[in-house]
Amino acid sequence: MTLARLHSGLALLAQFTGEHNSLHPAGPQASGIEWLYWVVFWITFAAFVLVVAGFTRAAVRNRSSTSEMLPLVRDLEGDRRASWAVGTAVFITVLTLFAVLFMSIITGKKVEGLTSKNPVTIQITGHQWWWEAVYPNTQADQTITTANEIHVPVGKPVVILTNSADVIHSFWAPSVHGKRDLLPGYSSAFWIQIDKPGTYAGRCAEFCGLQHAHMGFSIVAEDQDTFQRWEAQQLKPAVEPNSSETVRGRQVFLTHACVMCHTIRGTDAGSRMGPDLTHVGSRRMIAAETLPNTPGALAAWIIDPQRSKPGNKMAPNLLNPGDLGALVTYLGTLQ
Amino acid sequence: MSQQVAVPESTREPILARTWRQPGGFWGWFQNVHHTAIGVRFMVTAFIFFLLGGVLAAIMRWQLATPEHGVIGPDLYNQIFTVHGSTMIFLFAVPMMFQGFGVYLVPLICGTRNIAFPRLNAFSYYVYLVGGLLLWAGLLLRTGADAGWFAYVPLSGPEFTPGKRSDFWAQMITFTEVSALGVAVSIATTILRYRAPGMTLNRMPLILWEKLVISMAVIFAMPAVMVVSYMLLMDRTINTQFFNPAVGGDVLLYQHLFWFFGHPEVYIIFLPGTAIASTVIPVFCRRHIFGYVPIVTSVVATGILGFGVWVHHMFATGLPQMSESFFTAATLMIVIPTAVQFYCWMATIWHGRLQLMLPMLWMFGFFFVFLIGGLSGVMLASVPLNWQVHDTFFVVAHFHYVLIGGALFPMFAGLYFWIPKITGRMMNTLLGKVHFWLFFAGFNITFFTMHFLGLRGMPRRVYTYGPEMHWEGLNLLASSGVLLMATGVIVFIVNFFHSKSRGRLAGPNPWGAGSLEWAVSSPPPAYNFLELPTVNGREPLWDALPNQPVVTGLRDDIPEVLVTNSLDSEPQHRDELPPASIWPFLAAIAVSVAFIWSIFSPWGVAYGAIPVAATLLGWLWPRGHSPSPRVPEEV
Repeated sequence: MTLARLHSGLALLAQFTGEHNSLHPAGPQASGIEWLYWVVFWITFAAFVLVVAGFTRAAVRNRSSTSEMLPLVRDLEGDRRASWAVGTAVFITVLTLFAVLFMSIITGKKVEGLTSKNPVTIQITGHQWWWEAVYPNTQADQTITTANEIHVPVGKPVVILTNSADVIHSFWAPSVHGKRDLLPGYSSAFWIQIDKPGTYAGRCAEFCGLQHAHMGFSIVAEDQDTFQRWEAQQLKPAVEPNSSETVRGRQVFLTHACVMCHTIRGTDAGSRMGPDLTHVGSRRMIAAETLPNTPGALAAWIIDPQRSKPGNKMAPNLLNPGDLGALVTYLGTLQ
Repeated sequence: MSQQVAVPESTREPILARTWRQPGGFWGWFQNVHHTAIGVRFMVTAFIFFLLGGVLAAIMRWQLATPEHGVIGPDLYNQIFTVHGSTMIFLFAVPMMFQGFGVYLVPLICGTRNIAFPRLNAFSYYVYLVGGLLLWAGLLLRTGADAGWFAYVPLSGPEFTPGKRSDFWAQMITFTEVSALGVAVSIATTILRYRAPGMTLNRMPLILWEKLVISMAVIFAMPAVMVVSYMLLMDRTINTQFFNPAVGGDVLLYQHLFWFFGHPEVYIIFLPGTAIASTVIPVFCRRHIFGYVPIVTSVVATGILGFGVWVHHMFATGLPQMSESFFTAATLMIVIPTAVQFYCWMATIWHGRLQLMLPMLWMFGFFFVFLIGGLSGVMLASVPLNWQVHDTFFVVAHFHYVLIGGALFPMFAGLYFWIPKITGRMMNTLLGKVHFWLFFAGFNITFFTMHFLGLRGMPRRVYTYGPEMHWEGLNLLASSGVLLMATGVIVFIVNFFHSKSRGRLAGPNPWGAGSLEWAVSSPPPAYNFLELPTVNGREPLWDALPNQPVVTGLRDDIPEVLVTNSLDSEPQHRDELPPASIWPFLAAIAVSVAFIWSIFSPWGVAYGAIPVAATLLGWLWPRGHSPSPRVPEEV
């Protein structure tokens, strides 16, 4: 049963539409950089055409097809003209480079120059190989903790604070902004803003070990009302089980290895080694965007996480089919 | 200066040949200290490592050809990309472009009989070889280094890479950098003190200028990476905490030290390419190079500016805007000297008489490919653009355009140019053209495609990707180019072995070139020059007077070279070079034992020092006769 469901899940995955392209910007940061990209692209393209034309012209001008050893050329008049040509070309090159430098600095200032009095703040912590996202608040019970799926309001500046729990990672959603390294021992901050509602994919961009390739995240940009509803939902403790199946599922969760690493607020599970699962049912993907959050994929993941993401830190769980089904159903209710 | 030759040539030749003869046979191989032999060894070994690194690249492209491809898993993939990068940089590019070409050519172009410090030079080869074998032994034992060729901490540190994987990598660095430093000292000394009389600084062939600048860059850059790899080793073996953030260590310190070496390294690889360009282009344009002084200035400027741009590898770490802008400016500035050289080469071709023979064909490949790499480098210099394309396949495309364009294309130009000197036989032109077009097409198919992958968000160093990212078409295209490149290289190898046995005899100067290595027979005799030459211009053979004088006064019965002063190459005194010796090889073995032992136990440093000291004593033991007094002699 799991294989068929996994396939249907993979088909779903293929329709995954999270934007992931530096040249399809969704906010002021990425579009500022996109603008700069195209300006510099056309400058370098022009330079390329001119230099290639110069070499081509030089090559065909006096080409000799003989393989005989030709006498040496002495062309003082040509050298004098060449001095002028080379001098002019160097001068133009220097001016062009100044232009690139100027535009680069201007764009850098513009991209970093976002401010807001009371922005949404998200603390991103990189782990091997998933992302912890905390929306800090001075009141502990108003703090949201989630993983891999980050929600932001559309059109509002958002501050991202960075940190790492282990090695260096790099937070990168190309349609939103350039990348920023998450360095252990350093914290830094940068602004993002998304102007078009939608889902934007991101990936780890700094090599971080075995599963660097499967360290994705997504940013969901939604209007203010939807975002606030999401916030309110995330602040609630986990849903109480309301059927014998889900009661059994919670029991399985609390009596197996799951509790060693995961939190479900409202239960006794409180470890922060792995992603917070209090609202795991509301997320579209699991395992840092590796698998779709379907019952089949979730069950396959719980049984053998090393199969689709070899080397990750979650151990296999040899549950009997009844327990597994109950656990998957229970996790699915954690909306 | 001109003197009558004291002894007739016919009787001098056998005396010189006996004096400079290197021992033959199996044991003789380990005693050889002549620069032509050691230079060829560097080239052949580096080329073998190039082939091995290429095989790894092909495996990676096979794995990435389709999404979720199961050719190799993440563990092996990480080892492969780490060993590929480390091999290409440390075991191929520098040993080939700097050590190989440098050791073989510099004494010949200087017009002298051997390199300075010939034993140190031989020692450097063995140390390099052991370092390369160490890295590859790790891979073949499935404990290959797997933290990338840059081995960033803390990933490469004791906590996240237990075992010996990172140690193999870090100690390989020590081996190769000791080797590069030894050769740099030899080459710089040869250039500064062994030049033929008349080859003043302002007449020095451009290739010597570039080798001198590269040697200096090696001497200043390599210690940084040796320090940082040793700090990593100490963190891993004796629990120092340089890079452990939990107790105040600093992960960015590693990056600063690494890239303080790492960026000059790019120029250490690229400047030999420009050296080959400035040597080959005049020959096939039948004229002196245009803009000798601007080119020399550019090369020196590149060597210095190369030390001021390292932070552009770290733009994404979140350093302050102001300091990042400084490094943007420095990075853009280094475009200028390279542009000057490009314009001078263009002017040389423009006002010359171009003959598009094989080396020149590869030069045009170099212009085209390196130009694209340089222009995408302008993009990477800009901080905001760098935030987007850093650590993506765009950067993979960029540095392959720069390094393959700046080193591999000139390397093939140089090989087609100098192999006739080394083997005495010409390479086949038709096969050479087939090689060029296959390689050129394959290279551009593979690497130009990667620019698009990077812009579409594909990060580097991923062992697979999902179909939902829509990267499969471009990846398949990129992988297909590998077949063309590989075929091209095979054609080259076939051509080499075919030409080596059956090629047309080259004679001393098949290209009508102007530098001194073309004054001697191909391959050069053991003593290089029967008559030590003097020089009357920047292209010694082209500018020679009808009765250009030769140096006399050196003894033929002991291996003597003429030492001249650095600026004006006025003869100063004679210097006796050491004969063939087994000690450099034994010392290299002792040093290797100590280095490798120290990976496993810190006591390896203490106990391993004993055989090192013993072999060095043997190396430095007095030779029984006192060298002839070093007095200036009439020449």
